[in-house]
This record gives sequence, structure tokens and C-alpha cells, in this order.
Amino acid sequence: MSDPDLSIAAGTVAASPERLTHLQRLEAEAIHIIRETVAECERPVMLYSIGKDSAAMLHVAMKAFHPAKPPFPLLHVDTTWKFREMIRFRDSHARNLGLELLVHTNPDGLAAGVGPFTHGSAVHTDIMKTQALKQALDKYGFDAAFGGARRDEEASRAKERIFSFRNAAHAWEPKAQRPELWRLYNARKHRGESLRVFPLSNWTELDVWQYIAAENIPLPDLYFAAERPVVERDGTLIMVDDDRMPLASGETPEMKSVRFRTLGCYPLTGAVESTAATIPAILQEMLTSRTSERQGRVIDRDQAASMEKKKREGYF
Amino acid sequence: MGDGSLLHTDIDAWLARHQSKDLLRFITCGSVDDGKSTLIGRLLYDTGAVPDDEIARLERDSARGSAGGELDFSLLVDGLAAEREQGITIDVAYRYFATEARKFIVADTPGHEQYTRNMITGASTAETAVILVDARKGILTQTRRHSYLVSLVGIRRVVLAINKMDLVDFDPGVFQRIVADYEAFARPLGFDAITPIPISGRDGDNIALISARTPWYDGPTLLGYLEAVPLAADTLAGRPFRMAVQGVVRPDLNFRGFSGQISAGVIHVGDEVRVCPSGRTSQIARIISGFGDLDTARAGQSVTVTLADEVDVSRGDVLAAAGSPPESAERFVATLVWMDEQPLVIGRSYWLKVGARTVAVVVTGIDHRVDVNTLEHHPATRLELNEIGDVALRLDQITPFDPYEANVDTGGFILIDRVTNATIAAGMLRSAERRADNIHWHAQTVDKTARARLKGQRSAVLWLTGLSGAGKSTLANRIEQRLLAEGRHTYILDGDNVRHGLNKDLGFSEADRVENIRRVAEVAKLMADAGLIVLVAFISPFRADRELARSLMEPGEFVEVFVDAPLAVAEARDPKGLYRKARAGELKNFTGIDSPYEPPLQPEVHIDTTLTSPDAAADRIVRLIEQRGLPGVDGDGI
Ligand SMILES: Nc1nc2c(ncn2[C@@H]2O[C@H](COP(=O)(O)OP(=O)(O)OP(=O)(O)O)[C@@H](O)[C@H]2O)c(=O)[nH]1
Ligand SMILES: [Mg+2]
Repeated sequence: MSDPDLSIAAGTVAASPERLTHLQRLEAEAIHIIRETVAECERPVMLYSIGKDSAAMLHVAMKAFHPAKPPFPLLHVDTTWKFREMIRFRDSHARNLGLELLVHTNPDGLAAGVGPFTHGSAVHTDIMKTQALKQALDKYGFDAAFGGARRDEEASRAKERIFSFRNAAHAWEPKAQRPELWRLYNARKHRGESLRVFPLSNWTELDVWQYIAAENIPLPDLYFAAERPVVERDGTLIMVDDDRMPLASGETPEMKSVRFRTLGCYPLTGAVESTAATIPAILQEMLTSRTSERQGRVIDRDQAASMEKKKREGYF
Repeated sequence: MGDGSLLHTDIDAWLARHQSKDLLRFITCGSVDDGKSTLIGRLLYDTGAVPDDEIARLERDSARGSAGGELDFSLLVDGLAAEREQGITIDVAYRYFATEARKFIVADTPGHEQYTRNMITGASTAETAVILVDARKGILTQTRRHSYLVSLVGIRRVVLAINKMDLVDFDPGVFQRIVADYEAFARPLGFDAITPIPISGRDGDNIALISARTPWYDGPTLLGYLEAVPLAADTLAGRPFRMAVQGVVRPDLNFRGFSGQISAGVIHVGDEVRVCPSGRTSQIARIISGFGDLDTARAGQSVTVTLADEVDVSRGDVLAAAGSPPESAERFVATLVWMDEQPLVIGRSYWLKVGARTVAVVVTGIDHRVDVNTLEHHPATRLELNEIGDVALRLDQITPFDPYEANVDTGGFILIDRVTNATIAAGMLRSAERRADNIHWHAQTVDKTARARLKGQRSAVLWLTGLSGAGKSTLANRIEQRLLAEGRHTYILDGDNVRHGLNKDLGFSEADRVENIRRVAEVAKLMADAGLIVLVAFISPFRADRELARSLMEPGEFVEVFVDAPLAVAEARDPKGLYRKARAGELKNFTGIDSPYEPPLQPEVHIDTTLTSPDAAADRIVRLIEQRGLPGVDGDGI
């Protein structure tokens, strides 16, 4: 029925006889949210970004409909600048789970040769992520899109509803959010309008890691420390993942033991020096570190209040 | 996060401890500028939940803001550009932190009255509330409003945090006065416990550490309180089993599972459950959680269950303990918190969502509005934005429910506007409304719609036309019996009750016949306006007269029924011997004999009485009437 890989995990986040642990409560809430979306929306899709949050969300979705498969496809918005290993992992993971995977790249951006090195992170992110996402949602007519974003990631995310209403232009209107009481989600919308749904809203980074460990969820190796070729730019370690990366004269990639706290476009994702090659080791480092995971994301540092602005423009 | 001592502790042991921690959800609330966001920022800071890069940003932002160089902790929480510009909170922020004892999710809610709907959004999922009061200002309207809302959503334990004690020199007199004021106000709200704590959110007094500046205070710190307050979730497993069915899982013909999150109680394989509202029972065959089976599951878990029998279960049904199922009803008394700029309109149709069930609903009356300052009840004919009141509801489907106090999931609901799709009200079901209840409802606009809705129907004029003896009265009587059995309110107008009274002065000349029909049409119109389903059984031979009657009614209200019997058949039946008299010349102007009958060209219903029995004809017409539903409700696919 399900793949053997997943069935090992059965019951790991199981009921304690006394009361539910916080991880059990979070999982149960996420399942409820995913089921509610499927019941109330015509054409949902799950945004699959290949990162750890996506991995956890997808795992929850597999549980939500077992022994059936989740009744929606996965969508990856491919900027063509992702780590190569992410793409390999994406394709094999979707195949193992037996799920339909849609991949969309902004054809206009591709034709214009838009990329982070030539156009800068802001333009690249807008054209290849935000606009591409809107294109893909419109193309397939999705009226609800699951995202793995968490409220603890960023101050404007902390303000967003679980069922986040978007107008026909995909824009978020932070001052006019629908009240969201109890577990009652209002998924009604007019044609053209849509919802972004965040089942992991109430999870923290630590919760996601603990869940991944407890449930044995496979992740790309990039999350674990290994010797990788990196260059340091503006205090950020960038991995040289392919030969599209222009090197300044005298700049030579150095092999360092690094890992990534989040995964995105390789030129925009900072590595952290680390020797943590297992989840407990990562957690140990994380618990003693004093920086947030977004620290490594170049795009969020571009402008003050940049996340809120991007969301207003239709970003996740 | 960020507990430095971890460097040397065993990570596995730490994780094991952390994993089994429980979770408390709480809110901060109170009036504008009382210091809610500052307090949350402070809590996050003191518990090490703020990473270094965020602290660096906070230092930068604080230097720019009004706090004059000191850290403005509210900036950690007020994450929207508009909030930071204005220095106020607009929408709820959810923040996360943990201590050795517990994990916490805190919702920082806005103090402004304008954003009450965002405050109640935060409150609805909280178990405890920290109600802030500015020591200089004491209890304000918003303090009272928020306290009332906190009690309405069912929070039983609150902290009364008297904040900005630094601005009143930590004077115990100020503290005690405010506590006394608050206790006097809050007594009717019936909290289980009110714990007053003197604090300074800005400086951190009595937040994580006991303050040296309040030697007269011997209670807990705020954090100490939050770590120890009993969890409300613990009592849910002891209640009768309830699970709203979110969906049916059907991977193949051999498996039919019902998915949902258990909202109360415990189930075991083999337990007897009742499907509500249908009332059918079966036993739990399997409990599937994630990728495996369980023997038992409890409140809070999301599961899929299969039943031993092939019973009909669909989304919106409630699976319940067979021995203590929820009540089912269509009419309810409920408390509403109105959250839309457009006021509540009595008689307008909205969507109501309770559990996994969405049904059409009409508010049929308002019992009272609550003055949040005094908690007094006032008569009301409307509810405006942020007003709270008790109302009567009529749903268009029998719906299972528990009183909100007994179960939040089967008693809490939202109303959704049918046009804008906005969430316009939050509500708590209190009880099924029994008609014998001696409640005085103040209905607002009493019009046809309101009257018809109260009768649970839509006004109609069924105009039965046809020759004498065609069977109009027989058919009218059958239809009325059927409708009565369905609980509809009806009246028949026919020759017997009109000709002898109202139209006693009219004869059978053409002019009198026209006037006869005109009066009958006007009376039918008045009765339709009263909300009735009116059956008119008159020969009404002339097309023009029937068209006049039609033009008096609203579109869709007039249903012309052609009771068709050929003259020969009608004459052969001759139940009152009238044809015989007419043929004998004893009756003048008799339709069909010496006066014409103009058959309808496009009647809504055409009954050929030579082929259709009166019962079959009545069935057809009753079905047509019942399909029309309630005013404003039909045609929406429900
Ligand atoms: N002196 C002093 N000032 C405080 C204290 N707590 C908050 N303030 C100040 O009070 C003002 C309002 O604080 P906020 O935390 O934004 O108030 P709020 O209750 O969140 O306001 P809204 O969310 O807009 O209702 C700010 O200027 C704070 O610095 C305190 O304990 N002592
Ligand atoms: Mg605030």
C-alpha cells in the first residue's frame, strides 16, 4: 500500500496513554488542516520545495490520507538555480511516494536569462519564484496551495492565518485577514481567488527536526555536514554547485565541512561551517547556536520588511 | 532554544525530555497600549527565544523608534509594516517559546476595539489569558470587553497582569485597588481563578524573575504561573466521544474509512458509535493513525476509522459515543459576536460552519445585546460590528450539536457572508430552541420574508383553475393535507368560504365574475404577504383575470395549476348537479355551457385528471413547493 520506507515510521509519533505530546498535537492539527483543505477546495496542490519543512509537510499529508494517497499533485517551482542534489532528491522522492510531480519554470525568465548573478537576488526571486509561482497556479487552476512555511520563521509570517486568503492577483492583504477561530477554516472564495494553506504554521524549527528524526523522514544530504567547495562573499559561505558561478580573479573555492539550514537557490543560500552529520548532532548545534535559520538566506536581507512586501506581491 | 547549558548535556536525554513536554496556548489581551506586545517581547527575550541576529535588528530598530535607545520589545512582535509605523498591534502574532517545563504558543492580540475580531481569533484557541492593565489607568472598557470575550470562548483561568508598575513606584495600594475593581467587575464572568501579578513588562519585573521592587508581593512570576497552570486539554478525554467526519477515505472497494480529529473522549476498537444526525449505530472496526492501526485513540488525535456495518456516513456527520450522543436540532439559541462592518440582518441567509458541516442559516430574532461595560442585557434589533448578543437561529438542516460549554468543536461556529465570503461572526450554540420557551424575540424588519422564514417556508399562491367539477377542491384539500404534514402553514380560498362572506354581494355577470377574481387575488396576495402558502381553487375562466392575479405576486410566487378535465368528463361527474341545472336553463352564465373557459397557455403545472389521480397530482405539486426551500436559500446547490 505505502512504500516500505514509510511504513517503518508507523506509530513513532504515537499516542501516549496519558496525554498527547506537543509533537502529536502539532501533527494532528496539520492533518486536520490538510484534510479540511481537500474537502473544501476544488483543486489543491502541495508546494514542494525539497527542504525539510516540505519533507515534514509531505510526510504528514501521506499520513492524512493513508491507506489512500494524497489527492493532489506536488508542484515545484524550479528557478534552474537549485542545488543539483535537490533536483535529484526531488525526482526520486516523488517517484518513491508514487505522487504526481509538476515542475514549472518561468519561460519568460528563462528566455531572458534571468539569474541571481546577472540580475541580483531581488529580480531573480521576483521573476523566477514569485511570478513563476503565480503562473503555475493560474496555468493549472489551483485554488489552494499548501506551503510549509512556519510562523516562527519571520515576524510577518507570525501574523499570517493558516488559511491565508489571496485575491485574484495572488496578493496577501495583511490588514484585512479573515478572522480564524477554533479549528473552523473558511475556505470559501470566488473564482480566481485562492488560498495559501500552511499546515505547519504552529511548528518551530526544532519541532520540524524532531519530527523528521522521530519519523525517519529522508532529506537531501545538503542538510548534513560534508566537505564542499565554497567561497566566502559578504560574510556568507556560498557553495560552488556548478560552473555558472562566476569567480572573481584570485577567488578559488575552498573545501570546507559545511551544511545548510535551509535549501534554496545555491547562489542565495549561505552554508554554515559544521561537522554535524546526524540529526542529533544538528540539533545540538542548533540549540546552542544564537542565529536564526533565515540568517543564511540572502534574499531576506535585501530589504527591511521584505517578506511582508513579497507576500503582498504573491510570494508564498 | 538557546539554552547555553546544552553544550555539555547529553542531547538525546535533552530531546527525550523536550519531546514529552506538553503545550500551553495562551493570549495577552487588554486595552490599547497597556503593554501586551512589550510583555511578549520580554518573555521571548527572557526565555532565550530571540536569536542574536534578531536582537541586533531589534537594537537597530529601537534606536529609531520612540523608546529612546532602550530596547522596544514590542518590535519583536509587531511584525507588520503598518504596526511598526503606528506603534500599535493590528493583527494577532503567534510566537513560540519553551522552558524546561513546557512549550508555549502565545498569541499577542490587539487592544484596539476596531480589531476585536483579531483578538477573538487569538482567544479562541487559548487555554489561559493574560489580561493586562496599565497601572496608571486601571480598568478600561477594552479591559472589560476582552475579559468578557475571554470568558465567552471558555477560558476559565486568567492572569490579571497589572503592568507599568515602574510608573507608579511599585505602589501596592495602586495594585490592590485595581485588583479589587477587577474582581468586582469579573465576578459575573465566573472565572475559576483570577491570579493578579504586579509587573513591568519593559523592565522585566515579575516576568521570569521575582522583582526586588515588589517585596510586598508573594505570588508567582508570570512565567512561573504559565509553567504550572493546569491544562484544559486534560479534561477532554473524559468527555463523551465526538468526532466530526472531515472526509471519506476510499482507496479501493474494500476500504471505506471516515477521517476526522477526535474532539472529545476515547474510542477503542469494538466500541459502539452513533452516526449523527441519522442516529444509526455501528461498531468501530479499525482505528488508523498515520501508517498503522491503533487499539484506542483519544481527544486531539487525527484518525481514520472504519465501521463494522455499511452505514451511511458523510462529511459533516458526527461520530459519537452511542450511549451519549449529541442532540440534533434545526433551531438554536446561540451567542453571537458580530465581526463585520455590515450589521447583522434578521432574516437574511448566511452560511454557518460548525465542525465539518456548512449549512444555510437565518437569524430569526435577537433576544438581547450585552453591554460589555456593565454586562447588562439590552433589547436590540440589530448587532453592529463588535457587538455581542444572544440570538435565535434556524438552520436549513437538522444538525448535531453540543452546548459550547460541553464541547467547543460541536458547539462553536462561524457565520460566512454568502456574497463576500467574509467570516462575519463567531458563535456559541447554547441550546436547541424549544418552541414552548417563553422567550421574547425582538425581530427587526417584519416583512414577508421574515414571516415566511418563521414558518420555515416560502410564500406561494397555488392557483388552481379548471371547469366546475374538474377536481380543484379535491386536489386543493389533498395538497393542503400534505403540506400540513410537512409543517407548512397554508390556507385554501374557494367558492365556499369566499362567495358566502367577502363576495356575498357579487353575482355571476361577467363584471361580477371579474370583481370576484380580483378580490380573491388581492386576498391571496395579503395572505402570501403573511407568509402563507395559499391555495386558490376557483374556476377563474378568463386568462386576463388569472394574469392580473399573477401580476400581483412576486416573481416565482404564483404557481398556476391547470386542473384539466374535458367538459364531457366534468359534466358526467357533476358532483353538485350544477351542469344539470345549467343545461336545464336554471343557471345562467355557467362556464362551459353558456360562458367560455379559456384554458391556460403556459401553466406551471398541467394536471390531466383523466390520467392522474388526485394523490399523484398532489405529490407532484407538493414536491414542487418543497423544492423551493426558504427565501434566498434556493438555487445554491445545498
Ligand atoms: N514604563 C513602562 N512602559 C511600558 C511598559 N510596558 C509597555 N510600556 C510602553 O507602553 C507602550 C505601549 O506598549 P505596547 O506593548 O505596544 O502596548 P500594546 O498593549 O501591545 O498595544 P496594542 O497592541 O496596540 O493594543 C510602549 O511605549 C511601551 O514601551 C512597562 O512595563 N513600563
Ligand atoms: Mg500590541
